[in-house]
Amino acid sequence: MRYIDEFRDGALARILAGKIARAVEPGRGYSFMEFCGGHTHAISRYGLADLLPPALRLIHGPGCPVCVLPIGRVDLAIALALKQNVILCTYGDTLRVPASEGLSLMKARSRGADIRMVYSTLDALQIARDHPQREVVFFAIGFETTTPPTALAIQQAEREQLANFSVLCCHVLTPAAMRTILDAPAAGEGGAVALDGFIGPAHVSTVIGTRPYEFVAADYRKPVVIAGFEPLDVMQAILMLVRQVNDGRAAVENEFSRAVSREGNLKAQQRMAEVFELRREFEWRGLGVVPDSALKLREAYAAFDAERRFELAYRSVPDNPACECAAILRGARRPQDCRIFGTACTPEFPVGSCMVSSEGACAAHYSYGRHRDVH
Amino acid sequence: MCLALPVKVMELGANATAIVDLDGVRKEISLALLDEVSVGDYVILHVGYALSKLDPEEAEKTLALFAELRAAEPGAP
Amino acid sequence: MSETKKGYARPLDLKHGRVDLTHGSGGRAMVQLIAEVFARHLGNDYLAQGNDGAVLPAPVLAGKPARLVMSTDSHVVSPLFFPGGDIGSLAVHGTLNDVAMMGATPLYLTAGFILEEGFALADLSRIVASMAQAAREAGVSVVAGDTKVVERGKGDGVFITTAGAGVLPEGLELGGARARPGDAVIVSGSMGDHGVAIMSQRENLCFDAPIVSDSAALHGLVAAMLATRAGLRCLRDPTRGGLAATLNEIAVQSGVGMMLQEQAIPVKPVVAAACELLGLDPLCVANEGKLIAICAGADAARLVSAMRAHPLARDAAVIGEVIADSRHFVQLTTAFGGRRIVEWLAGDQLPRIC
Repeated sequence: MRYIDEFRDGALARILAGKIARAVEPGRGYSFMEFCGGHTHAISRYGLADLLPPALRLIHGPGCPVCVLPIGRVDLAIALALKQNVILCTYGDTLRVPASEGLSLMKARSRGADIRMVYSTLDALQIARDHPQREVVFFAIGFETTTPPTALAIQQAEREQLANFSVLCCHVLTPAAMRTILDAPAAGEGGAVALDGFIGPAHVSTVIGTRPYEFVAADYRKPVVIAGFEPLDVMQAILMLVRQVNDGRAAVENEFSRAVSREGNLKAQQRMAEVFELRREFEWRGLGVVPDSALKLREAYAAFDAERRFELAYRSVPDNPACECAAILRGARRPQDCRIFGTACTPEFPVGSCMVSSEGACAAHYSYGRHRDVH
Repeated sequence: MCLALPVKVMELGANATAIVDLDGVRKEISLALLDEVSVGDYVILHVGYALSKLDPEEAEKTLALFAELRAAEPGAP
Repeated sequence: MSETKKGYARPLDLKHGRVDLTHGSGGRAMVQLIAEVFARHLGNDYLAQGNDGAVLPAPVLAGKPARLVMSTDSHVVSPLFFPGGDIGSLAVHGTLNDVAMMGATPLYLTAGFILEEGFALADLSRIVASMAQAAREAGVSVVAGDTKVVERGKGDGVFITTAGAGVLPEGLELGGARARPGDAVIVSGSMGDHGVAIMSQRENLCFDAPIVSDSAALHGLVAAMLATRAGLRCLRDPTRGGLAATLNEIAVQSGVGMMLQEQAIPVKPVVAAACELLGLDPLCVANEGKLIAICAGADAARLVSAMRAHPLARDAAVIGEVIADSRHFVQLTTAFGGRRIVEWLAGDQLPRIC
């Protein structure tokens, strides 16, 4: 596969690993947060941790939109399907997220809810066209990568006057989440994480560009390197971060220059701005309530807003007290530090969302990495 | 949500659609988020939409960087 | 002498007709369906007797008393017709393969059909003809069958359950609990072909890729493998859950671990590409014409050679080895150089977006 296989070259990996090992200064530790869930998955899938020196620690950040989706939002989707008899369209990742009353979207389906997995908003629109007598709701989750497709779907629905189509919008914003991580109070268990820099998201950045990360370097003096999606990209980005840290620099660098520019995709940004506006605040699993961190539909598109159409009231639901997802999402604890990791909480019976999504730190560690745990 | 892939544009269709190819697998996708895409371009595909065009020059630069690593490494395989 | 006039016998309209509830009710309509569809394609001496059960000879192999192996599989595949096969041929191959994985020579099959009211007779004929062909090519007879019809909406067109019986010589013991450290792990060919061929047909995921299901009867290959006298511990076909599920099952059954080499596992480039697009791991995707063999390490090369001589195993390869591991992990060294676990999925693999 062109532009994929070349970036998975094992021989180059060994060379880069050697360079990183030599670049790391003796007696010094490096902690980098990889923000993007896709990177979490890539690091696990390729066993990247084996190629990095022990002084270098990769912390999994909250860049997994399924993981940061609070129980209360999933409850809204389940209620729509079970009580309002809508056809609920969702990406596959959300189907197993555990919600209230022991339910998940998958379990609701076995109770009779009409929940359909789609690969794209285009599929959801087609379902709405095919079933004009039914209400069709698209459960829109994701960071800025996934938001423009939702915006387009809503505009398309408006053009076609697809009156039975609406969107339950849970889109969230990357820079706001990064700021929350950086602002976390100092010290204490589950508190601030000593971070030396960020591996910036790959595909979110194709949309928003590199400019929105400049505040991290300017205001917080931490380097950010935007990394492509393939394992060599991640390693090259890590090397660039180590060098910045060694040099005492804090800049935004772009390793994924083949797909990311400083300005990003202006057309996509414009469409997002036409359809969505900021929510004053939004509850994130693991980060609490964060201001200006999520989107809702503008008044002009109110007709397609499922929250308005169905008069939904969000109810915050606390996590299971044994669940450490909150701390894990902030990078303050590791999956293997959680009391119920691998015992009560497994991919088969997930207690928290980090275990559901294959990008979640816990699922990634359980599925790919727990052979490294020493008991 | 980051699973996205570089795919090659094989045909342009009506209403900002295109047929793309990944190693013999073909799929119809939307180009509505991009302007000026030509047959032969590579685009980054995510949930049915092309999000950005891949810049082959930049790709080659990055790969060249890696190739230098390989050449410069003493006793590299 | 007067003869009773026979009523005009209308044959079934196999082109445009549909299954209705009378076809499953045990009366003359059902007899007609059996005669004109099932017996027409599957017909053999056992079925022709028209009794409640088939009387089979005692199991014998090369003149010596042999043991009986039985297995059963239900088939609910959707879509019913896919590149490389259909639910009919799949129903035959799946059960024959289960019998063959025990080292047995399959001889007999039974087939139970649950038909949905309204199912097109043209499709049913096509499926039964395909079953018949698969059985013929495999040298196996369908000796008993059953037909039921459920109301419209209560069945997905057709469900088929097949049971298979075969003969196993004394002294041949294969099983999932027999793997031991030092054994080689071998696959007979490329992984993921069937599952991706199926998914390429489904509504929501449409792309036209030249991927064909590998559905095939494997007992000929198994016979060739047994003839090498290699120290075989276990044979298993990686169907639902793919290679990952099957190897994890064996690891737990045998109380061992495994270490695989990702680069050694054959995956067709087009299947790899389809899996990338769908967010699936080819190691977790179903196969219907492949097998995994665990054998004594010293015999691995010889066994793979013999397999490659067979048309169904041209790409056979050693993909790893069995190791001692109290945690029973199946691990692999990635092509990239790192190591990871080969996960055992809790449920169906859902296409990833992320």
